[in-house]
Amino acid sequence: MSILRAVLAVPEAIVLLALPPLLLSVIAKTKAKFSGRVGPPWLQPYFDLYKLIQKTPVYSRTTTWVFRTGPIVNLAALLTAATLIPVLSSDSLLGFSGDIILVAYLFALGRMFTVLAAMDTGSSFEGMGASREVTFGTMSEPALFLSFVVLAVATKSLQLSQMMGSGLAAEWQVAAPALVLVVGALLIVLLAETCRVPVDDPATHLELTMIHEVMALDHSGPEFAVITYAAALKFVLLGSILLHTAIPHPPSLYFLGPMLRMVELAALACLVGIIESMTARLRLNRVPMLLAGATVLSSIAVVLVLTGRMA
Amino acid sequence: MMSQSIIDAALILVVLLNLAMLATSRLARCVRIFAMQSLLLAALPLLLELQHTRALGLHPVAIAFGAAALKVIVIPWVLLRVLRTGEIHREVEPMIGFTASMLLGSLIVIACFAFGHRLVLPVKPQSDLLLSVSMATVLNGLLILVSRVKAITQVVGFLIVENGVFIFGLLLLEQTPVLVELGILLDLFVAVFIMGIVVYHIRREFDHMDTNLLDALKES
Repeated sequence: MSILRAVLAVPEAIVLLALPPLLLSVIAKTKAKFSGRVGPPWLQPYFDLYKLIQKTPVYSRTTTWVFRTGPIVNLAALLTAATLIPVLSSDSLLGFSGDIILVAYLFALGRMFTVLAAMDTGSSFEGMGASREVTFGTMSEPALFLSFVVLAVATKSLQLSQMMGSGLAAEWQVAAPALVLVVGALLIVLLAETCRVPVDDPATHLELTMIHEVMALDHSGPEFAVITYAAALKFVLLGSILLHTAIPHPPSLYFLGPMLRMVELAALACLVGIIESMTARLRLNRVPMLLAGATVLSSIAVVLVLTGRMA
Repeated sequence: MMSQSIIDAALILVVLLNLAMLATSRLARCVRIFAMQSLLLAALPLLLELQHTRALGLHPVAIAFGAAALKVIVIPWVLLRVLRTGEIHREVEPMIGFTASMLLGSLIVIACFAFGHRLVLPVKPQSDLLLSVSMATVLNGLLILVSRVKAITQVVGFLIVENGVFIFGLLLLEQTPVLVELGILLDLFVAVFIMGIVVYHIRREFDHMDTNLLDALKES
């Protein structure tokens, strides 16, 4: 890692840490536009986080230390993943060969602790939410892994920052059909993992229909702020995996690349807002269908890439 | 090169439509998916011909328009009319669940892609995917045929099988006389027409069209 890269990483990290809540408000604004409302102010997510941080947390007497560590471990896992995933510039800070597996398991670790914290409350609602989260998680993980396999085979690398970005630009000339399928699969994974509409509705407050929100019901104060922030950060991370695959920037862009990436992230948030406004939430027993669809898309992409290599 | 990737994209879309068909729960949507798939297939002979960069012959144009007129307009119209007038319950009623049949279908697709490259053909195919996609479509059609209860989904499954055969026929586009191809299309039309009438009458006589009950001697 050169010194220049280390210096440049500081502003990038600041932007990366400050950006996630803003994307939440891009989604909220898009949805408001569609339903003819003005929507909350742009900085509302930041105000909410500030308000939550100042509150005193309330703990139920049935909870143990697991309940308190859950949100923190989740955020820590995602922040670690953020150093491995190329977000704004197309090389990551600490990437090494084989880091895709670490990234996938960091996501899994975060999920595991969220689920444990939810189950620790002893509430049947949260147990239900935890069960759903794990069920849908096991279904979206194969899609994510198979998409990684496609990228790894196409670029012959096991390092996320080399698998995506400029290394992939040449592959779009050769293996475009497979990559389009991967982008489709990653979009479904993004919607499922960040609990957006076709899978889960973040706005609803009926415990019976929620997945992710229901697990956070008992968290309050700063811990709830951590959960909200971690959810937004997860959107940024998965969103940049999607964007780096869909629109690989050539390295000749230099400083323009990260700027462009920010605009693209905002556009992606807009797209998610549009999808949320135009589609209804799927019935719970149809969700596995959607996720299996993502797995099928990426597995066909794997076959296409592999047979393309052999021929 | 450009038209090559368009052909590949169209063939992959055909496979995805097969899987979408296995996943839908509405009969009418099944018919529309079939119409979409047929439209893509009707465009294929033209694309394959354009790849040779010479003037369009009569043969591919006749095939394309014949297939489009029949399989995109007439057959879906007949089937949708049967659905409407037969007062058929609009759900598919699979014997294997939707998710399971879609996963089964994708296993078939993967197997076909794995084997498609190894088969030796007398002529060099225009696209490497052509053979695999045709096999996958035929087998997915068979899966729909055997795993769905309703008579009308069996008609759709039969049509999907025919679509697969049509893709296979594209391999031999230059060798087959146009009359043979149009004859196949005519046969297909007659078959669907008769099946439409039969489905309608099964519905009229027995108030359902569950093919599992056809082997019982009398209605209980």
